[in-house]
Amino acid sequence: MATASAPKKTQDQTVVEFDVRTDEMLVNMGPQHPSTHGVLRLVLRTDGEVVSEVTPHLGYLHRCAEKIGENVTPIQFIPYTDRMDYLAAMSMNLGYSLAVEKLCGMTDKIPEKANVIRVIIAEMGRIASHLVGMGAYGLDLGTFSPFLYAFREREMILDLFEEVCGARLTYSYITIGGVHDDLPEGWVERCRQFLDHLDPRIAEYHALLTTNHIFVKRTANLGLLTKELALSHGCSGPMLRGSLDHRNGDPDWDLRKLEPYCGYEKYNFRAAVPPFDDWDLGNRTWEPPKGAVIGDAWHRFMVRMLEVVESIKLVRQGLDRYPGAQGSHRLEPPRQLPAGEAYAETECPRGQMGFYVVGRPAKDAVPLRVRARSSSFSNLSVTDEICRNCLIADVPAIVGSIDIVMGEIDR
Amino acid sequence: MKAAEIIPILEEKFGDRIRGKNLEAIDPFVVVAPSDLLEVARFLRDDSRLRFDILNCISGVDYLEPDPKKAPKAGFEPHMEVVYHLQSFTHRHRFVLKVILPRWKDDKPGELPEVPSVTSLWRAADWHEREVYDLSGVWFTGHPNLTRILLSEDWVGHPLRKDYEFPLEYHGIRGR
Repeated sequence: MATASAPKKTQDQTVVEFDVRTDEMLVNMGPQHPSTHGVLRLVLRTDGEVVSEVTPHLGYLHRCAEKIGENVTPIQFIPYTDRMDYLAAMSMNLGYSLAVEKLCGMTDKIPEKANVIRVIIAEMGRIASHLVGMGAYGLDLGTFSPFLYAFREREMILDLFEEVCGARLTYSYITIGGVHDDLPEGWVERCRQFLDHLDPRIAEYHALLTTNHIFVKRTANLGLLTKELALSHGCSGPMLRGSLDHRNGDPDWDLRKLEPYCGYEKYNFRAAVPPFDDWDLGNRTWEPPKGAVIGDAWHRFMVRMLEVVESIKLVRQGLDRYPGAQGSHRLEPPRQLPAGEAYAETECPRGQMGFYVVGRPAKDAVPLRVRARSSSFSNLSVTDEICRNCLIADVPAIVGSIDIVMGEIDR
Repeated sequence: MKAAEIIPILEEKFGDRIRGKNLEAIDPFVVVAPSDLLEVARFLRDDSRLRFDILNCISGVDYLEPDPKKAPKAGFEPHMEVVYHLQSFTHRHRFVLKVILPRWKDDKPGELPEVPSVTSLWRAADWHEREVYDLSGVWFTGHPNLTRILLSEDWVGHPLRKDYEFPLEYHGIRGR
């Protein structure tokens, strides 16, 4: 029974918090908000500055990719995959090609040369994608220069891609059976020059962002995602790896390591799994900044930065192998798809991108069903959970750390 | 663990309730009835040998040849499949689970076939089931919020059905 003389010390901070409680308000963020990375609309339920619920609304960029896939042949569908994750179009081409090759039973017959080119190109695409991810994330947090530096380097990758396939964003270069064309003359040398140019820049990015005091203050211990939550939501890629801890025996959860495709098992590289204490970054020991804990936005960002370093290594190895690689750059695929179904996943910059292709029982050039399992789609579904009880100003910092591409989510 | 080892474990546990299996398929799968789905899925997730803790993808596949001339040669009876692609973080293996449904509940056109929702097992199922409902027209019973996710709320029909008719207009915007 409550007595009239309640002790005064019960008036703690929560009581004060209750006093300033305001009316709940629904705030629309997007679909034209610059920091929602495309046409994502978030409805925030807010109490003052504190967010209590986030509801993402999708579909503003829905282009019926799966329906189109049912009406065109696989090779005709390749350009549509470009437009899914338009920041890593090469990886999308590769994912769909691998699924169709798996259905046709061609996986083991792909010539070595085609596989080497695929690895080089896909990893260059990963570098370009992570550079944009890094720059745009800086933009979300209010710094402009890293974005420009990132785009300066990305531009060179686009130039190299343009030499290879003539396009700068929607490549359609990797195709069923291999790649569309061989690498042009002198490309390998120019690619090496670019890598030599990029290598020393990584330290600059770390100085500008990763160890920047303001950046750390805004990302450390923010948007905490536990491993269990990430797995339950089907998160993958840097989103999941940022929540793992190799000291607890978590595996290097990277499909390039777990289920190697395109000969990744022959390359020497590491999957970026925190903590990063044993990583050699510019000849100095690495310590996470104060306050950063595994699973926060800072760690997700750091995973991407380390993947750039690993991708550079992979491209270098690929370039070394290229001159001696046997075979042609492409194997002619069969005209008609066999009956049956195949599901293939690849490790794209944003996570595990899966394609599920169902062939018609009566053989036909057109598949019965094409399904794209988008990594950003699953990654975004966790937004509500990791944005709860954060400040409105932190929502862009959390959503930015997921690194979504709406083209891939809405398809 | 290979699918050839997973399927016997399931058969031992569920017997006849595993309605079909295909070991020769590129990705071997088993078929269960909608009423057994939750139980089998829970076993797949929780059994220490299997531990499928990641639900990668749910897809709806509509088997129908809309052209009546081609239908006899299509090689399948009209039906609907819901396909679950599972992956294990613990054991790093994969598996495919299928539910086969009639295209319409009780063969009444317009009545969506029903499958129990697996959102209670994998949170990833929430959005994936909404997408399958939205595009393929499958009703997931027990889903907390089964609304359209990619299309707008007032959209009519489910576009990934083979007999879907493209709208002539939508809010004054010409289709076709």
